[in-house]
Amino acid sequence: MKKVFHVMYDDDEKLLVAARELVGKGIHVNEVYSPFPIHGIDPVIGIKRTRLAITSFMYAMTGLTISVSFMWYTMISDWPMNIGGKPSFSLLENLPAFIPISFEFSVLCAAHGMVITYLLRNGTLPGMPATNPDPRTTDNMFVMEITTDSNSMNPEELETAIKNTALFELSIKEIK
Amino acid sequence: MQRESAIREPLILGHKTYKDITDDVVGPIMGPAPLGWKIMITISSIIAIYGIGSILYLISTGIGVWGLNKTVGWAWDITNFVWWVGIGHAGTLISAVLLLFRQKWRMAINRSAEAMTIFAVIMAAVFPGIHMGRIWLAYYVFPLPNQFGSLWVNFNSPLLWDVFAISTYFSVSLVFWYVGLIPDFATIRDRMVKPLPKKIYGILSFGWSGRAKHWNRFEELSLVLAGIATPLVFSVHSIVSMDFATSIIPGWHTTIFPPYFVSGAVFSGFAMVQTLLLVMRKAYKLEDYIHIKHVEYMNIVIIVTGSIVGVAYLTELFISWYSGVEYESYAFINRFSGPYSIAYWTMMTCNVISPQLFWFKKIRRSFVATFILSIVVNIGMWFERYVIIVTSLHRDYLPSSWGEFIPTATDVGIFIGTLGIFLTLFLSFTRFFPVLALNELKTILKSSGESYKNEQVK
Repeated sequence: MKKVFHVMYDDDEKLLVAARELVGKGIHVNEVYSPFPIHGIDPVIGIKRTRLAITSFMYAMTGLTISVSFMWYTMISDWPMNIGGKPSFSLLENLPAFIPISFEFSVLCAAHGMVITYLLRNGTLPGMPATNPDPRTTDNMFVMEITTDSNSMNPEELETAIKNTALFELSIKEIK
Repeated sequence: MQRESAIREPLILGHKTYKDITDDVVGPIMGPAPLGWKIMITISSIIAIYGIGSILYLISTGIGVWGLNKTVGWAWDITNFVWWVGIGHAGTLISAVLLLFRQKWRMAINRSAEAMTIFAVIMAAVFPGIHMGRIWLAYYVFPLPNQFGSLWVNFNSPLLWDVFAISTYFSVSLVFWYVGLIPDFATIRDRMVKPLPKKIYGILSFGWSGRAKHWNRFEELSLVLAGIATPLVFSVHSIVSMDFATSIIPGWHTTIFPPYFVSGAVFSGFAMVQTLLLVMRKAYKLEDYIHIKHVEYMNIVIIVTGSIVGVAYLTELFISWYSGVEYESYAFINRFSGPYSIAYWTMMTCNVISPQLFWFKKIRRSFVATFILSIVVNIGMWFERYVIIVTSLHRDYLPSSWGEFIPTATDVGIFIGTLGIFLTLFLSFTRFFPVLALNELKTILKSSGESYKNEQVK
């Protein structure tokens, strides 16, 4: 049997101070739910910087490759045309005219690819159920989730340590 | 936590708490629709229906119902297109460029400015669609495999660049806006009592729960999207200007066009944001969040971009004379003294002289003056596009084919109609969407909220 502590704070700074204090005592904080990003919480509870930006670069490169090769195929390889005395002979000669679309298409792929990755990684998709422990966490409350099974400390000691912080409300759930 | 100098004006007035911010924004969504809103949406929907009727008449009859002729083959359609795209530049500029510059005042206005952007770009997209005449062949603009001897689109043409630029700009702005909306929809979902709206906001919020890792990703995503949306904003109107600049029509064939169009776009976009927000802040009692300092900041952007536009007008005039090209010189002499001189001087007065009034602090910090001038600027910017397009076309190289453009009722009906559709969409947005970026405003409450700043001084 494990116990889940949902420790609620009415201020982001109180939660930050409490998190530092508890982590200092060797307690592992599973999750923090907040209505807005709390700056400085990530290193305290051991969240690494996301690698989302790297994926966006990869999507942009994919978009660039697709757009340049497609324009080469249609304009130079498949059906070259002489439009207004400006013939399409080679990719190099036509490249200046291809810059706007290469850029736009790279941005299109980077932005959409990154957003789709973000939604999939978060597991936030249309129709997904909300998982925040209390509806007030999207309004003005900040909740820290601590479980007994991820902490080696005995449950009573853990509870005392939690109660010593400047908390607003504490709810304890027992899960078999 | 970040601190801010006490001398700097607060961005959130009064003694607000996190809960107050939620209440002030979500309250109007949960309550019944105000009477003023009902009246306004009725009027705007009637205008919208009239516009849709005009569009259907145009499509079923043909382009001949417009006032176009052999000489002036492009007039109100493309004028309205450029005008709407220009208006659609403020939203992404506010949310992307100002995010990169860490301007906190953007947080009160970015949500509605982005909504305005999206609706304005939709209105803009109507015009290239309907001016094709046979809209059922609109898929020709996309490079699709086909049976016509591999008839590909021309990737060397700015008109095709425009297709890519506008569709990229629209879809990227839309996801940027929506990603920011997800946490705020979650706030509404968790407060909604009625089951059906709760269910709808639940679907819209994608099950957002505000976990620390999700916020971490959210901030990274916003930053990167802002980074790639910034060059996108500048590229879009540059490409729109190339529709004209790469042609050989005197008055269009100028290299000054991209920067000139981009600053004009930002100029008119901010003016439209002012017009809409000054009404919205009163109607939804958001005076503490969008106050005179925000208006002043936007007016400063209007002075800067308005002055760039003014310099561009004068440069164009000077170069047309200095180049020694008689066709180019004539195009400009004809602009300010020909049959369309009224349009030219309206443009000059509204765009060059009127924004200079904002140098006076009294005017810059006055809601009434800002409201009036913002409308004047948008009228001026519409005339700018009209002047560029129609006066350059109506007298071409052959005097025997000179002509004039006179708008018909359908021209006017479609333009007025797009204003109606735009307002209908914007009014629906203010009724059902969080009009302020809740999650962002809450992050600046302690650094820029009035009561917190006063505590610092003590």
